[in-house]
Amino acid sequence: MSGALLQCGNLTKRFGGLVALDGFDIEINRGETIGLVGPNGSGKTTFFNVVTGLYSPTAGSLRLDDRDLFGSAPQVIGRAGVARTFQRSRLMLDQSVFDNIAVGALCRRDLGLMTNLFRRRRWTGELRETVDRARALARRFNAAIADRLFQPAGAFPMIDRRRIEICRALIGTPRLLLLDEPSAGMTHDETRELMDDLLAFRSEMPDLAVVLVEHEMDVIRRVSDRCVVLNFGRKIFEGSFDGLIADPEVQAAYLGRGQ
Amino acid sequence: MSSLSSPLPSLSVPRIHRYPRVVVGAVVTLLFAGGGVMMHAESQLVVMILLAGFVLVFGLADRTQIGREIAAGCSDYRGFANSVALISALALIVLFHADHYALLMLATVAIFSTACIALNLQLAFAGIANFAGAAFFVIGSYTAAVLTAYTTVPHALAPVVGALVTGAMGVVLLFPVLRTRGHYAALVTIAFGVLLRTLLEVNDTLGGPQGMKIGSFSVLGLDFARLNHIGPWNVSFYLPYAVLGIVMFALVFVLIRRLENSWVGIALDVVRSDETAAAVFGLSIRLWKIVAFVLGNAIIGMAGAVYGMMNGFVTPNGAGLGDSLLMLSIVVLGGIGNLWGSVVAAMIILVLPEKLQAIQEYRLLLFSLLVLVVLLFRPGGILPRPVRDLSRFIGGART
Repeated sequence: MSGALLQCGNLTKRFGGLVALDGFDIEINRGETIGLVGPNGSGKTTFFNVVTGLYSPTAGSLRLDDRDLFGSAPQVIGRAGVARTFQRSRLMLDQSVFDNIAVGALCRRDLGLMTNLFRRRRWTGELRETVDRARALARRFNAAIADRLFQPAGAFPMIDRRRIEICRALIGTPRLLLLDEPSAGMTHDETRELMDDLLAFRSEMPDLAVVLVEHEMDVIRRVSDRCVVLNFGRKIFEGSFDGLIADPEVQAAYLGRGQ
Repeated sequence: MSSLSSPLPSLSVPRIHRYPRVVVGAVVTLLFAGGGVMMHAESQLVVMILLAGFVLVFGLADRTQIGREIAAGCSDYRGFANSVALISALALIVLFHADHYALLMLATVAIFSTACIALNLQLAFAGIANFAGAAFFVIGSYTAAVLTAYTTVPHALAPVVGALVTGAMGVVLLFPVLRTRGHYAALVTIAFGVLLRTLLEVNDTLGGPQGMKIGSFSVLGLDFARLNHIGPWNVSFYLPYAVLGIVMFALVFVLIRRLENSWVGIALDVVRSDETAAAVFGLSIRLWKIVAFVLGNAIIGMAGAVYGMMNGFVTPNGAGLGDSLLMLSIVVLGGIGNLWGSVVAAMIILVLPEKLQAIQEYRLLLFSLLVLVVLLFRPGGILPRPVRDLSRFIGGART
């Protein structure tokens, strides 16, 4: 088990004439947090969609732990240990918090009709175990969620919904977690709170690799080990946060080129 | 049932403090008694009064304190409430024992409720709008007809074979249904219904437009058609079918409830509400749609076989779009995703026009108005779908 957890080589995604991701190379190691930044439309979410299999890549290579996942279905990639959150919250708001979190664990549960319909004692055992895990995860973020695990997700404020989404992604014990703008639509205080949460569970899961897409530079500085900047689907920078701030290419991408 | 051992409140609704089971039991019994009187009633005035009573009861259920308390009680003690419902339904059969018409109504409501909770499985859980419900229902009836006419298969197995054949026929539709979404999937099922009806009309081996006769159900040498007394009591020909209908409904109800309250239920909910999230978390959208669609059709076919055996004949007319719409409107009216809602709505849609001759001619018009009114003012239906609360399966461990 040597080498990086996720290896993307020359990863490319074309939509007709538009190249959304253009020869993107990246290696992500276990336990590393990558801050992925770039202007709007630079290909950050496309990268997530390609890595999770929602878009099939046009060219390049995609390996997770030396397993070739190029062009695999999202289900295969999800089961291989890649989990994500979405930029616009994708929760079942009418369903309970637990149901939403359990979604992330389903592919590791016994989904056979026999167990679910007739071997109810066994199913109850699995349920108890899953509820305990979900509650422990939720408590790490906010005790109020853990205490109201069986109330509809729609009854919670935005920040808690984000936390529920992160719990849903974490309960399946992923190896790679992709967070797509977790701070979108939140106040500064809420963003800071969410980042504290992130750092806390980061320290508890030392092997988990995280890719964080974020516009808040404060957040990137606080949590990321390494930063990658995308612009028009190309990687224009990779390195430390301080390097990113000083890099003329990055400044040009965000502010335009001075004369 | 573990629900019996979870007297803790699940939501912040005040509960009935004294004798909650007595209250729940009384309410369920009263509702069934009301339904029984409606099926039995001859006078249109009585039916109108009962209808007004029903509207009042369901209207007040979530607008008054006591109504909310009782509704919460019914959901806390749902295992108990369901048992009381089963006993009440069987008690109605005993009361009606010689009344052909009331028993026919009761059996019809039980059989159509069974088919409609299967439609619920497809529509409410998996998100497949099946506009060919009546077509699958009729496939079940025709299977029973062919079995009883041409084979020596024991008649008791006809509903089971009906379920298998109907489930298999549904597989034909799988490919187009999986390839399409929303309205388009609905159109595919409409086309299937129309095709099937036309096919049955022109197919002479299946009786053409006249349809086919169906042999009666019999089990352990007891032929339902010949049963006219039990001990010293004269009973109606429909009594055993009413019992069979209720037993079938109870079994299917338990099956679908368990499916709803399981990992499969959650999987179906994600597949319906968010295919992207479902795919990312490793769930096969195809698999779960197939499971819900095929299982649902099989149950509808089983109900159709029993219904056909009770009536003794089946014609292609039953496969029409009108009847499929009627079945779907029962689901929508009752509350998409609420199994008891389908029973209440089946009562309204099936029994009312029989009792109120005045509306018989305009019934489709009135039902469409009713569905529109419900969708406008109570979008969840008469009994909206409750939030799934799995905590009651682990002893109500709500912290």
